[in-house]
Amino acid sequence: MISIKNLHKSFGELEVLKGIDLDVEKGQTIVVIGPSGSGKTTFLRCLNILEKPSDGTVEIGGLVADFSKPMSKKQIMAFRKQSAMVFQHYNLFPHMTALDNILEGPVTVQKKDKAQAKEKALALLDKVGLSDKADSYPHQLSGGQQQRVGIARALALEPKVMLFDEPTSALDPELVGEVLQVMKDLTQEGMTMVVVTHEMRFAKGAADEVLFMDSGRIVERGTPDEVFNRPQEERTKRFLNLIQDTDTI
Amino acid sequence: MYLNSIFSNPERLERLGDIAQSSFLPLIEAAVQFTLPLSVISFILGLFLAVVTALARISTVRVLQWIARVYVSIIRGTPLLVQLFILFYGLPTVGVTIDPFPAAVIGFSLNVGAYASEVIRAAILSIPKGQWEAADTIGMSYSQTLRRVILPQASRVSVPPLSNTFISLVKDTSLAALILVTEMFRVAQQIAATNYEFLLLYGQAALIYWIICFLLSLVQGRLENRFDRYVSR
Repeated sequence: MISIKNLHKSFGELEVLKGIDLDVEKGQTIVVIGPSGSGKTTFLRCLNILEKPSDGTVEIGGLVADFSKPMSKKQIMAFRKQSAMVFQHYNLFPHMTALDNILEGPVTVQKKDKAQAKEKALALLDKVGLSDKADSYPHQLSGGQQQRVGIARALALEPKVMLFDEPTSALDPELVGEVLQVMKDLTQEGMTMVVVTHEMRFAKGAADEVLFMDSGRIVERGTPDEVFNRPQEERTKRFLNLIQDTDTI
Repeated sequence: MYLNSIFSNPERLERLGDIAQSSFLPLIEAAVQFTLPLSVISFILGLFLAVVTALARISTVRVLQWIARVYVSIIRGTPLLVQLFILFYGLPTVGVTIDPFPAAVIGFSLNVGAYASEVIRAAILSIPKGQWEAADTIGMSYSQTLRRVILPQASRVSVPPLSNTFISLVKDTSLAALILVTEMFRVAQQIAATNYEFLLLYGQAALIYWIICFLLSLVQGRLENRFDRYVSR
């Protein structure tokens, strides 16, 4: 479903991604962990071309983007359609109701029939457990509820891949569970997902593969069991120790 | 002393009352016929110009940025009255003759366009980057993003400063009197020239300007309330 080759990204002099290679099968959930500044968020944003990679190729769902060549706006938009992003700060449109937020993609952009799109949007709201919040504005919802609307908005685009950028980092601790549950359900339905997160429980419970990134490279990869219980690399061990330390403070 | 002389002289009081009464209708007429249309038309055209200018300023195209900067700089750096005089009295010298009303509309629109463009630019820049990204990720084009996401939010932020611009504009239209537009202030001048009751006529004009601006500030309050429905307080 996803095939990434030699992905590079520089901001001016600063090289943030130093050659990422990754293949993801359809229906897999990949969790990316790593210290801040490791490039994991940039990596995810490159897949949706919110950041334009400097070099390399990415194939998603049969569509290839070659970043060594300039891309037209049309090509970028077409490639972007393959995936949908869920943001750390939800980024819902504050002047639209939950339902309108979800309809914006299918109706305004994809020009789908409004009645059908609405039916589907309501089903999505139901799926994320918010069928009674269709007419609420984002500011009337809790962080967890807003993020679930964010997930529904992304799903409404019918992407082949869902990208999650630290979807629970901005949430109060008691609201994390409801968002992770929705994500877990998606995993079980066979959605292909790439998730950048600090939630190790989610990684352990839902990931098919865990990537540990540091300094713009994938340092270690494997099943959750391999990465968490038998890490091979020094840097992975150090990172996991640090995280476990804070868990016990 | 002036007031003394009025109140000690019932005949004069009566004369003032008559003049006030008879001049009230022509003043209101002039306001409805010229002051308000001049304000509204110039504001709408100016707002359009302001959005275009603001977008040019934030675009990545250097030439557009530059044109917008020069335009704003010239308009803000020269007096409105001088601009109106150039349009109406200056341009005929090079063969361009514009009637008073259209000349005033052009002058005021250019003015609103420059000042409001800074308001709108600031309002657009105040919208978080995440809103642009969310629009990107659902596949919106640049113009869809502006129309559906950015400008609706920016307009909420702009209501108070743009109301200021509009209220200033209503008062500034009195300058059009000097390029022969028979708006309210010019009518007041014309009536005063026949009866020499300057204080009365200009006072009446001032009162009507104040009433218009007061009503506008009420409209501003309502607009702000309407926009606030989607913002937590």
